[in-house]
Amino acid sequence: MKELSLNILDIAQNSVKANASLIGISIDETDDVLSFKITDNGKGMTADFLSRVTDPFTTTRTTRKVGLGLPFLKMEAEMTGGSFSIKSKSETEYKEHGTEVFASFNKKSIDYIPLGDIIGTLCALVQGAENTDFIFNHKMPHGEVFLSTKEMRELLGDVPLGSPEVISWVREYLSEAYSAACAVD
Amino acid sequence: MKSLAELAAIRDKMKNKVALREESGETRIVVGMATCGIAAGARPVLSTFVEEVDKAGLNGSVAVTQTGCIGLCRYEPIVEVLRAGEEKVTYIKMTPEKALEVMEKHIKGGKPVVEYTIGNIEK
Ligand SMILES: Nc1ncnc2c1ncn2[C@@H]1O[C@H](COP(=O)(O)OP(=O)(O)OP(=O)(O)O)[C@@H](O)[C@H]1O
Ligand code: FES
Ligand SMILES: [Mg+2]
Repeated sequence: MKELSLNILDIAQNSVKANASLIGISIDETDDVLSFKITDNGKGMTADFLSRVTDPFTTTRTTRKVGLGLPFLKMEAEMTGGSFSIKSKSETEYKEHGTEVFASFNKKSIDYIPLGDIIGTLCALVQGAENTDFIFNHKMPHGEVFLSTKEMRELLGDVPLGSPEVISWVREYLSEAYSAACAVD
Repeated sequence: MKSLAELAAIRDKMKNKVALREESGETRIVVGMATCGIAAGARPVLSTFVEEVDKAGLNGSVAVTQTGCIGLCRYEPIVEVLRAGEEKVTYIKMTPEKALEVMEKHIKGGKPVVEYTIGNIEK
């Protein structure tokens, strides 16, 4: 992927596909390291499936024989000297089920891929997943950006979260929040 | 500064439009957002359609949706346009620029941009 924000979009789409009703995306950034964690309360995976999931030949999709999302991410993180981990509890075994994907990247590595358009990623997620809530936060050395679609829904009433008007609002809201958070840099 | 309170204003504004919305909803723009689509550039294509539909005030009659895999990796980003009573049009190797053109000529003008369709390439 050309931007880490595209990996985040892709991994969060796995959570949407796993029927998660709540997805947490948190990015933690210092001057040297960027890490993110994506958590969901979707159907999860069994321990056996999980042990094979970063092997590109593991997928439950039917139109292509290989899954690429998780193997890509693992490779990209490790290439920078960072790390990758995944934990999951399957709904077939646990009442509280879900998945957590973590990746960290060494920003000083020549193989580090920039975060890119994270606002575009959030807009795409909110636009596409009508029945899923997102809690996003991005901690930076000098500030923090936060968005919760749960809060948004309370104000929107019957208006669908994915309406173009709402997505435009998300885009502007986050741009302003990022300018404010990065102003000290 | 943008505030959450503006969402309440969006809600009030849209209440009045609900009646209109129910009559229409004729056109669907479907963007493939599987891993291969995302890697090939589907995200800016999607956002172009969402923004343009909003700008043109077509929210009641045009729905932009996302799908996983369309099954044609090497042609990603793929966009399908479905209109009531017409055959599905599949656009391939889309870019934000092509999306703008499809918005103007096909969505607003009613004429598919044949050049960018899958039929045109496979011939
Ligand atoms: N959050 C999740 N919850 C439940 N299952 C998951 C989750 N993430 C991944 N999986 C399972 O792991 C498989 C592999 O995921 P991966 O993203 O690597 O490939 P994929 O989604 O199958 O295909 P693609 O290449 O389009 O991403 C998925 O098919 C799915 O079965
Ligand atoms: S995986 Fe590429 S089109 Fe489906
Ligand atoms: Mg995937």
